[in-house]
Amino acid sequence: MTAFIELDNVSLRYPGGDVLALASTDMKIGQGDFVAVVGPSGCGKSTILKLVAGLIPATTGNVMVDRHEVRGPSKGVGMAFQNPTMLPWLSVRDNVMLPLKIVPPFRQEYGSKKKTEFADRAEALLKQVGLAGFGDKRPWQLSGGMLQRASLCRALIHEPRLLLLDEPFGALDQFTREELWSIMQSLWLDKKPTVILVTHDLREACYLGTRIYMMSARPGRILDIRDVDFARPRTLAMTFTPEFTAIVQHLRMQIADSRGVALEAA
Amino acid sequence: MKLDPRSRQRLLSVLSVLALFLLWELICRLFNVSDLVLPKPSQIFKVLFERLPALMPHATQTLFTTVVGFGLGVLAGVLIGVMIGSSKLAYDVAYPLLVGFNSIPKVAVVPIFVVWFGAGTVPAILTAMTISMFPVVVNVATGLATTEPELEDVLRALGASKTDILWNVGLPRTMPYLFASLKIAISLAFVGSVLSETVAANRGIGNVMMIASGNFDVPLVFAGLFILAFLGVALYAIFSFIEHKVTGWAQRKTDFSIA
Repeated sequence: MTAFIELDNVSLRYPGGDVLALASTDMKIGQGDFVAVVGPSGCGKSTILKLVAGLIPATTGNVMVDRHEVRGPSKGVGMAFQNPTMLPWLSVRDNVMLPLKIVPPFRQEYGSKKKTEFADRAEALLKQVGLAGFGDKRPWQLSGGMLQRASLCRALIHEPRLLLLDEPFGALDQFTREELWSIMQSLWLDKKPTVILVTHDLREACYLGTRIYMMSARPGRILDIRDVDFARPRTLAMTFTPEFTAIVQHLRMQIADSRGVALEAA
Repeated sequence: MKLDPRSRQRLLSVLSVLALFLLWELICRLFNVSDLVLPKPSQIFKVLFERLPALMPHATQTLFTTVVGFGLGVLAGVLIGVMIGSSKLAYDVAYPLLVGFNSIPKVAVVPIFVVWFGAGTVPAILTAMTISMFPVVVNVATGLATTEPELEDVLRALGASKTDILWNVGLPRTMPYLFASLKIAISLAFVGSVLSETVAANRGIGNVMMIASGNFDVPLVFAGLFILAFLGVALYAIFSFIEHKVTGWAQRKTDFSIA
């Protein structure tokens, strides 16, 4: 199988800094995989997303997406962050439709279809995340959890083949977060984009991820790769089974170990 | 009598203006202040109405130079603001230059404009333009430079060009900054045009006031001031209204909130 995303000996040093943000890293991600990258803060998790999206160039090594070397900003990649970054002057629906204004072939038809086909598409997606009827609201009229749902819709409206999520549920309360896990799972099962999810929540990684990459603290490097084979769709009840807890516990111990080693070395 | 808060606020504004004139009138009469020092409002209004036909062409001239100068200033200000706001390098290079330029008292620039273009309309327009440009540049540049980096990442990952980001995010989010600066700029444009008219012109309210003060016709000087104040308030109100229409989203209405 050829990988959809391939990182070959990639490292990154931010310009002007002596700190290595990411030590030489290899990754192979197949098309349609849901990969979770977990690790403590400052381990270069977000850096990996920026490298894959072509927002920053790697210091060494190669990043390949869909058999092409990444040389500049990608095209049509969906992204969502911890901060929903909705545009306050647009309605929620227009915010969700923003990628259609930018990504071809939609952008050529945006003028003629924004009131009909595209608006229906946005409404359908909003309904799928439980925001039916909120399309005409302004972002500030929505709660944090609702904005995050809208942000997921915005990342998915143009049906990207690649979705990059940087702690999208990090700022939400436990209940909302768990609800969004299940929504995220069904959105992924629906269209099967390739997803890289960066998170520091181990349960979240195990619930959503098909494969988990464990990262160490700075300089970030991959400690371990772990496949999670639970059947889909996964349920919340499943996260309390001994098998699931065992994986979470295993990951937790590994992070603790790596930190212990790092502290002793320092 | 019951009034809603909005009408009550308006009524109070009008009353405060009337009270100011009344107090002024009373003080002048009580202390027998000379017309040459501070004319009574009643006298100023009398002069204003009697000489309005003669004053009108001057008022139109001042309004014309101010609005044209302001328009050019905003145009130049937006262009320069977009340029230095969308590039870090341009921002760092151009900023000291702009600050230095803005530190020059504009009254010192008028003679240069007069040498280049002769006395009259052109120097007034140019002075209004140069003086009203700076707040626009600064506000537009600030609005653009403070776009959330994460939002920019979202758009760049979609393949958005710099122009796409400018049109869809940069410029709309700059609108509240721009309108805040327009209200300052329109008042400054009046300063510029009247300044230039007092120094080198044969038309305009500034010129009228200059000549009147030379003739010790103080009521006429004050009549000129009243006309300027009226024009200033009128233009300010127009831009406030447009601002409200265009950037209503920036003025959050909490009473609509559902969360």
